[in-house]
Amino acid sequence: MGNENKRLLLGNAAVARGLYEAGVTFISSYPGTPSTEITEEAAKFDEIYCEWAPNEKVAMEAAFGASLAGRRSFCGQKHVGLNVAADPLYTMSYTGVNAGMVIGVADDAGMHSSQNEQDSRHHAIAAKVPMLEPSDSEEALCFAKLAFEISESFDTPVLLKMCTRVAHSQSVVTLGERTVPVKDYVKDIAKYVMMPGNAKKRHPFVEERTRKLIAYAEEGPLNRVEMGGTHLGIITASTSYQYVKEVFGDSVSVLKLGMTNPLPEKLIRDFASQVDKLLVVEELDPIIENHVKAMGIPVHGKDVLPMIDEFSQNLIAEKIGASGLLPAEEIPVVHKGRELSEAIPVRPPVMCAGCPHRGLFYTLKKNRCTVLGDIGCYTLGAVAPLSSIEMTLCMGASIGAVHGFNKATEGESENHTVAVIGDSTFMHSGMTGLANVAYNQSNSTVIILDNSITGMTGHQQNPTTGYNIKGDPAGKIDLEALCRAMGFNRVRVVDPYNLQECDQVLKEELAAAEPSVIISRRPCALLKYVKHNPPLRVKTDKCIGCKSCMRIGCPAVSMKPGPDGKMKATIDNTLCVGCGVCAQLCPVDAFVSSAAPEEV
Amino acid sequence: MNTKNIMIVGVGGQGSLLASKLLGQLFQMQGFDVKVSEVHGMSQRGGSVVTYVRYGDKVYSPVIDKGEADFIVSFELLEAARWLPYLKPEGVIVTNTQQIDPMPVITGAAAYPEDLVAKMLESGARVDALDCLKLAEQAGSSKAVNIVLLGRLSHYFDISEDVWMEALEKVVPARFLEMNKLAFALGKAQGQA
Repeated sequence: MGNENKRLLLGNAAVARGLYEAGVTFISSYPGTPSTEITEEAAKFDEIYCEWAPNEKVAMEAAFGASLAGRRSFCGQKHVGLNVAADPLYTMSYTGVNAGMVIGVADDAGMHSSQNEQDSRHHAIAAKVPMLEPSDSEEALCFAKLAFEISESFDTPVLLKMCTRVAHSQSVVTLGERTVPVKDYVKDIAKYVMMPGNAKKRHPFVEERTRKLIAYAEEGPLNRVEMGGTHLGIITASTSYQYVKEVFGDSVSVLKLGMTNPLPEKLIRDFASQVDKLLVVEELDPIIENHVKAMGIPVHGKDVLPMIDEFSQNLIAEKIGASGLLPAEEIPVVHKGRELSEAIPVRPPVMCAGCPHRGLFYTLKKNRCTVLGDIGCYTLGAVAPLSSIEMTLCMGASIGAVHGFNKATEGESENHTVAVIGDSTFMHSGMTGLANVAYNQSNSTVIILDNSITGMTGHQQNPTTGYNIKGDPAGKIDLEALCRAMGFNRVRVVDPYNLQECDQVLKEELAAAEPSVIISRRPCALLKYVKHNPPLRVKTDKCIGCKSCMRIGCPAVSMKPGPDGKMKATIDNTLCVGCGVCAQLCPVDAFVSSAAPEEV
Repeated sequence: MNTKNIMIVGVGGQGSLLASKLLGQLFQMQGFDVKVSEVHGMSQRGGSVVTYVRYGDKVYSPVIDKGEADFIVSFELLEAARWLPYLKPEGVIVTNTQQIDPMPVITGAAAYPEDLVAKMLESGARVDALDCLKLAEQAGSSKAVNIVLLGRLSHYFDISEDVWMEALEKVVPARFLEMNKLAFALGKAQGQA
């Protein structure tokens, strides 16, 4: 190394660099792990306009508008975000683009931070658009640039598929220069107005484009054969390629696919003819495998490797070693380590100390509410001891579902059933659900957990915060005014640190004879501008060890033996932010501020 | 050179990302191919987190698997024990002795295991344990636990202190540099070699 053009970059930052070098001037995205840093890193380049859109569909439409106007554009999202944006995607396949347009989608095999493990390659096939899959940061940068060439040469949006291990791994990249190609906008109704008469003419173009893309895949730079030992040939892509090389080096032959839609049939056929046995190593669904099978080529895949969870080098070594596909002397080593006989307690994620959601969930549990939840940090309200949320599906589903739940029970459930949804999720897909409550009139109670940020993905601004992606002042949507405009007469605001207020307002709104919105408002405790109180401490002489304070599941509060040997509440002062919710549960006022004078 | 593997494990929010960033810089400055794999999103919220740092002539996989880690750098004792199976037979665990109760322990559903350092030693692992929180507070901030640990880890590498400091300067904001240099020195001076 030592070369000043080399940098150690996160996969997502490498995509951002590729977008910069490709001359992108417009990016619109919605945050979602593991895709978020692409847009955050791109926003650091002054030459690129970047924004967080309210949701992925809006982001993709905005990026399409920019392409139409003749500027290279990008929109990024996680795998489930592409479902939201699927509507524009499938028809953009027909219109094609003006300036190049690339769509980033990041899958999450292993579900590190997702509600399902869907495989985005299905979208590429169904929408009939090309998909590139980098396997490290260097490829992420190069493929991002190349994707714009493909987009403009073939008149198509291009999907750039990341996965958690490529998106969130740093590796070395080579930096290049930025060039900015610009096109003129030319009115073209037959190409861009997709009404039936025009769309019928565009569909044959799409099929012809796929044939041309296959020819490109055969000869182009994205797919390559690495011949080695010929007992086994492996077709692979993305991070799976790295595991294969880690285990086998050059002892097997590899067809490494950088473009996973459409597939290069001649290249696959030629490769298959040069090896004794053929195996596809791909995470999640057997997409390449099924394609090869449909070509009539004998191939192994999901009979050897799992369809569930992400892969690793040991898994590859173990499964392929046991498959019988390799001669005994070529079976790879599976590494093993020491185990303690001791049971190690699990450490699941928890709401942070001082999290404003905690007081609200305590109130819901205390009132024995049926809580239909949504996507965000507050999904952790389903975890013991709060165990409050009973359903989480997708962005916005809490409000859609609470309406259906209450309507289906003919109102029987309405005095104890609520929807909880965060501010960013509400902007994303909650507003339309709320419109349904207002329009079709269920007596539902919707609680917006407004912590003034998009929390789970690492603090992104949204339309309710008043700031844009760069932290500059921006438009700010007034939640109360919005709900009133939809026809809600009962819009209440509570402070979730105030348990008595939460309890009273919740009871009133559940009892009310019309639908309500409760806004539980307090900024995320991790926001830098939030000023915390000094940590609390427990007066051990007062604490009676009743464990009332343990019912809120705060990581800063635990029971430890006191000076008299009896179990007493204690506070971890490195975690406590002095929110005082635990103190409100104490029957003997044992919690005091650590700033208060010590008693003699 | 064959690929070397360092795992950094801890509790979400303890600063393991900064530690992995520093190591990534350090090994890249040494001219190695490097991969650093991070965890973002939900598990950051107080959950068990792991970061992988790999370096060598050519690094393929971004992750470290069971039995492969040359070093496990642990911010918390229970996490050291949790990830022990990932240690190579001859590998070393450098761990903070700080204990942070996970939620099942807080709620009383499980107990925090006792004498974990002794049990890991009994298993045959090389364990280098030190109270990093105390040293970090001595340096000026409980947040410097990560740099104390790296100071301790630096014992095991034939890399000059100047190079470590250069990597530190690249990842730590200037106003915290002096405090972190002290944290590094305190970590380096402690424990068994």
